[in-house]
Amino acid sequence: MEEKLIIEVKNLVKKFKNITAVNDISFTVKKNEIFGFLGPNGAGKTTTINIICTLLKLNSGSVTLCGYDVATEKNRIRNCIGLVFQDPTLDDRLTALENLNFHALLYNVPHRQIKERIDSVLEMVDLLKRKNDLVRTFSGGMKRRLEIARGLIHYPKVLFLDEPTIGLDPQTRNKIWEYIVKLKKTNDITIFLTTHYMEESEICDRIAIMDEGKIIAMDTPDTLKNMIGLDIITIISDDNKKLKDYLKEKFSIDAELTKNNEVRFEVKDSAKFIPYFIRHCHINILSINARKSTLNDVFLSLTGKEIREESANKKDAMRMHMRARARR
Amino acid sequence: MKKELFGIYIIWYREIKKFFRDRPRIIGSIAQPAIFLLVLGSGLASSFQIFGGGGGKEFLSFMFPGIIAMTVLFTAFFSAMSIVWDREFGFLKEVLISPVSRTSIVIGKNLGGSTVAMIQGLIILIFAPIIKIQISWMSVLKLIPVTFLVAMSISSIGIALAARLRSMQAFQVLTNFILMPMFFLSGALFPLLNAPEWMKYIAMANPLSYGVDMMRTVVIGSTALQMYPVYLDIAVTAGVVVVMSILGIALFNRED
Ligand SMILES: Nc1ncnc2c1ncn2[C@@H]1O[C@H](COP(=O)(O)OP(=O)(O)O)[C@@H](O)[C@H]1O
Ligand SMILES: [Mg+2]
Repeated sequence: MEEKLIIEVKNLVKKFKNITAVNDISFTVKKNEIFGFLGPNGAGKTTTINIICTLLKLNSGSVTLCGYDVATEKNRIRNCIGLVFQDPTLDDRLTALENLNFHALLYNVPHRQIKERIDSVLEMVDLLKRKNDLVRTFSGGMKRRLEIARGLIHYPKVLFLDEPTIGLDPQTRNKIWEYIVKLKKTNDITIFLTTHYMEESEICDRIAIMDEGKIIAMDTPDTLKNMIGLDIITIISDDNKKLKDYLKEKFSIDAELTKNNEVRFEVKDSAKFIPYFIRHCHINILSINARKSTLNDVFLSLTGKEIREESANKKDAMRMHMRARARR
Repeated sequence: MKKELFGIYIIWYREIKKFFRDRPRIIGSIAQPAIFLLVLGSGLASSFQIFGGGGGKEFLSFMFPGIIAMTVLFTAFFSAMSIVWDREFGFLKEVLISPVSRTSIVIGKNLGGSTVAMIQGLIILIFAPIIKIQISWMSVLKLIPVTFLVAMSISSIGIALAARLRSMQAFQVLTNFILMPMFFLSGALFPLLNAPEWMKYIAMANPLSYGVDMMRTVVIGSTALQMYPVYLDIAVTAGVVVVMSILGIALFNRED
């Protein structure tokens, strides 16, 4: 199958005063794939999307979508994209139906098709029964689903989803991912999404990992995970320093001392490694833990930090929470 | 072209729909001028009698068109400022990302706000019989386009201001330092004919003065209280619509 490119970004740079939000990135998105941007808050994901969607001017570089240039063919681009923003953009004093109608007219959907299309997108996100209710009465998850539905009414060629599940409970998040996967299966559409949840980005065909305005890795989720050793082992021992030296000497493994007082390293096959290690190591081991590597580990090994501070550990999460509360 | 017309239509329609759905706003839009007319108007009128002016009735019929102007002014301005609200709550992005041009967005918003302001202004006419002011049907008929034009001029000013505003606080400041002085120095509440010279000059620089003047001439049905010639009223008000709309569109077209 021939692979057509639908988005091409070359050497894109975007500065806000003294912040370089997007720092010379290049990538392409293929037709009909799910392409994901994964990165922590402030990485520059939203800024990149806003530039591709003609909402922001770029400083340098070039961006084309469906062959149209963002600098000179804004209206053509706007016609063929759907965008679900990171923050809600519904009019909550209108009903679901009125919001969708507004959208359909803005996008010049043929009159005779409006009703039918609205019903079918509402059906898809399970909101058909609530069509005449004010959006104000909707839950966060329902609003998100309605926004996804709205983004589809004009049959966009590319649907952008900026953090589509942010702030939602796990159940709703799963549901939304189901819709997205279903959407891709049943429609001739390319999906470009961003997230800072690693688990979620695994539904993508390809992922670009972004940090501080740069793309630091880009490939399929599986290839990315295979970039580092397959299994991650963390050990807590009486003398972590000594253990680290031992690993280096005996197995030529460069282990890392984490801030949680663990020794952390990667091996090809933990099931074989662990018994052998236990038999030979004379340092007192308090706990040992092995797991498959995730995209978080990829991020960690590329940048030296966790993608999401919350996921570092419970104590950290607690501290963040307190800080957030104190700021209010 | 057809696409742009649909865009203008739906943006206009949203304003109208939201107005008729907002009961407190409709009630408020009737109650506020009623309070002004019945309490302030009657109070001032009777104090004119005490001071021997003897013009209680005349004052009320002077003030009546002023109250209509006030309603139109505030409604049109607040409607335009709902752009700031839409920006804060995100809805503006939905509009700006659409393929409809900024020009149509500004026109649709202006027509919507102006329609609502006109309706609210004309509602005030129901008080005319109550305070015993006679208005001919001809005046009412003329008042419709006049009110609409005045509303458009205020909307266009409001929209141009809202194009760059990022917060509702800034909007409060604008209300206090632009809208209020404009209102007080427009001749809506007190006659400018005998005002000090400096105030007349300020009024002359105030685009709203011409709108108020036009509305008053039409409501009273005579040129007795007229400040400026009618053609000047129309020219200035229409000029404001054109200039401020162009400015508004330009500001919306500029991106970060
Ligand atoms: N309008 C803006 N003005 C100034 N700085 C901005 C603006 N938008 C984003 N930034 C900055 O650009 C960087 C990237 O932001 P963003 O693209 O929103 O990141 P992400 O979506 O990956 O969380 C951040 O440092 C952010 O503070
Ligand atoms: Mg973002």
